[in-house]
Amino acid sequence: MLTVSLEHDHPKLALDSQLPRGQVSAIVGPSGSGKTSVLRAVAGLLSTRSARISLEGNTWADTERGVFLPAYQRPLGFVGQRYALFPHLSAVANVAAALVHLPGAERQREAQAGLDAVGIGGLASRSPSALSGGQCQRVAMARALARKPRLLLLDEPFSALDRSTRKRLHVELKRLQAGLGMTVVLVTHDLDEAAQLSQTLCLLRRGRMLQYGPTPEVLRQPASVEAARLMDFSNLAKAEWVGTDREGATLRWGELVLRAATKVVSKPGATVSWTIRSSDVFLVKDGHPDESSLGILASARATEVISMGGSVLVTVSVDHSGGEPLRMRLRPGAVHRHGVHVGCRLRIALHPEAVIVLA
Amino acid sequence: MDWSALSLSLELAVWTLALLLPVGILIGRWLARTEVRGRPLLQAICALPLVLPPTVVGYYLLTFMGARSPLGTALDAWFGLSLVFSFPGLVFASLLVNLPFAVLPVQRAFEGVSQELHDAAACCGMNPWQVFARIELPLAWPGVLSAAVLTFGHTLGEFGVVLMVGGNIPGETRTLSIAIFDRIQAFDPGAAGRMAALLLLISLVTVALGYGALEGRARRGAGQG
Repeated sequence: MLTVSLEHDHPKLALDSQLPRGQVSAIVGPSGSGKTSVLRAVAGLLSTRSARISLEGNTWADTERGVFLPAYQRPLGFVGQRYALFPHLSAVANVAAALVHLPGAERQREAQAGLDAVGIGGLASRSPSALSGGQCQRVAMARALARKPRLLLLDEPFSALDRSTRKRLHVELKRLQAGLGMTVVLVTHDLDEAAQLSQTLCLLRRGRMLQYGPTPEVLRQPASVEAARLMDFSNLAKAEWVGTDREGATLRWGELVLRAATKVVSKPGATVSWTIRSSDVFLVKDGHPDESSLGILASARATEVISMGGSVLVTVSVDHSGGEPLRMRLRPGAVHRHGVHVGCRLRIALHPEAVIVLA
Repeated sequence: MDWSALSLSLELAVWTLALLLPVGILIGRWLARTEVRGRPLLQAICALPLVLPPTVVGYYLLTFMGARSPLGTALDAWFGLSLVFSFPGLVFASLLVNLPFAVLPVQRAFEGVSQELHDAAACCGMNPWQVFARIELPLAWPGVLSAAVLTFGHTLGEFGVVLMVGGNIPGETRTLSIAIFDRIQAFDPGAAGRMAALLLLISLVTVALGYGALEGRARRGAGQG
């Protein structure tokens, strides 16, 4: 377990989290949200106003007890955005630089083995300036893993790579992590990357932890408007809380009555925010055999149709609703089949399981 | 040709380089990384000998090192040493005058070593001394080499301060540049010309060797790539 509790003023940090041992935890947030500062604080590169950092029971920092282990005494590996390879050293010497505690011959042998493990053993004598981005990333990874750290910190290590290299390295990271059983903290602004690589997801905004938990759960169920915005839930609307029953909650969105399978509880008459993924707003074709199974049905008018590669984003104005437009993501085939165009009338369905009430 | 003056000049340059370069590296490294409030003032103090006339520097050195000054009195009482009109005084003056040449290039070179390399080294398990010796110093080496060449070359050619602090005592404080001045005063242009040519040659070789070393290093770096 990695316990991280930080408070700081510049940059602003106020978070308290416990990240599971032997798993990949991703910290996701927009630029300037403090992701890198969190990582730097964990690494011992940033001294914060208040800190409590411990890994598997070993305290690395505790401002109350006056404990602060400098970075070089923390058993961790760090890969930064630009890899920070030492430009005056060859690839193998870069890896050997993390093994200064070993005698020369052993250091060299271990460093070469580290490069072999990431698949670039043949480039050992190359200088960093003669390596591609992907190769630099592998050297940085070999260097970070050389000391067999208990914690691996990755600060957007894939952001400067092309798509295919990134995908390949994602797989290799998963393989390495599974093999070594290390605790990994990955900082990224790419939610898709976090979804693919992490088991635990932390959403960070302005130095504050918005939400954290198992990745699929967080992705499925944003806990707040801010978390929903961060995860690109483009449909955000307000509704009146009517009440709850065994199957969930009833909301009134304008004159429309919505049903939501939610654990959130509010007072009758209170205004709550709700959201639904654009891919969860369904287009209902006329004569559907079992319309009631689709959820709440509503009539709408398309106000915008934008083709986005493999999908089409359709914005609709829903009749008798609270007024907020909804976006729905459709397949091009469905748009063509239903003759969807700006100004056309549509019928949509909002399933209770897809309607998310935000705290 | 005044061979004792040449020998004294070289001796002064070697002593100045040997004593000042380590100090220059430490001060330059500290100035490059420190966030202390008075940094601009400290930098200005280091650079001051560059902009002050040698007579002003010489005047203050004479005032503070003279036999009646507290420093002069203490040195005389404890070690029987006089800094004025003596070789140790010349070395002391040379150290102060050359401070900017030893510090500024080193400082700039250390400033060029990015924080992220520093952080990466710390995360590799290197303690601050190892980071300095294995990462920072090799990367800042061109600046250190420049500082060495500038300090050595400038000491060889220093005139004003040396004359004011050391005077013109043959074998004790008469350096090559003062010997040239002395020969001109004595209407002996032949000897002055020979010594000037020698000083020119030594200075040229020193600077050329420095540039050669820098270029060789750059080429080796490119060769690795």
